[in-house]
Amino acid sequence: MNKSDLLFKALADPSRRKLLDRLYANDGQTLSELCEHLDMTRQSVTQHLDLLEASNLVTTLRRGREKLHMLNPVPLQDVYERWLAKFEKPRLKALHDLKRRLEGADT
Amino acid sequence: MSKSTFAYVTFIHATPEQVWSALTTPEFMRQYWFDMHCESDWKKGSSWKLVFPDGRIADMGEIVESDPPRRLTIKWRNQWKEELKAEGYSLCTFTLEVVPDNAKPVVKLTVVHSIESEGSKLIEAVSGGWPRILSNLKSLLETGEIIMPASGHN
Repeated sequence: MNKSDLLFKALADPSRRKLLDRLYANDGQTLSELCEHLDMTRQSVTQHLDLLEASNLVTTLRRGREKLHMLNPVPLQDVYERWLAKFEKPRLKALHDLKRRLEGADT
Repeated sequence: MSKSTFAYVTFIHATPEQVWSALTTPEFMRQYWFDMHCESDWKKGSSWKLVFPDGRIADMGEIVESDPPRRLTIKWRNQWKEELKAEGYSLCTFTLEVVPDNAKPVVKLTVVHSIESEGSKLIEAVSGGWPRILSNLKSLLETGEIIMPASGHN
């Protein structure tokens, strides 16, 4: 599986997106800290983190004995440039605004 | 964490020497760093500064560690915004590792930028820039062109 397949696979799972959200809110957490408020077993969190690390969305730093998980936004920037920036932004914004107005909700 | 840290990782299809050269050559740097460039002789203990396109100094400091083409650490202090300058020195470390078992050379470039204070505005400020700079650098080294020009910077 190539890097971008792996990246989209990593993003295609709600539990993994939740882990990314948790790291965005509080970067540099240990496995135990990440497990604390999640309704997942430690083992499945570990598996999700492995895939997130393989896709380069999460990187780890050592602090003494602890392994800290850090959110790495670089692959998302690559996706942004590859899939979003080159398309006409004004038109996308107009569509987004229209959708928001019609649906009456913050999308 | 008691300090503010951000880590960025990108994998670049290039040799460590090419990546090191890209990180330390002003003319090349301008192409991926929003027309900004660094000035230094990149030796341990030497001065370092990051310069805006108009010549004003954005940040300055000192080379703490220089082990080409593997590791570069810069003591980095903001110069243009009082609030950020007041936070003092941050540390920015570039680590270049060759990813084994690839037919063509691949370098894992890690940038860790940290400061010994919680909720640092400096780290917050640079954290917006690094992903784009690294994405540009990767693209420039791999394809010879960047996708986001300097005008895309806000």
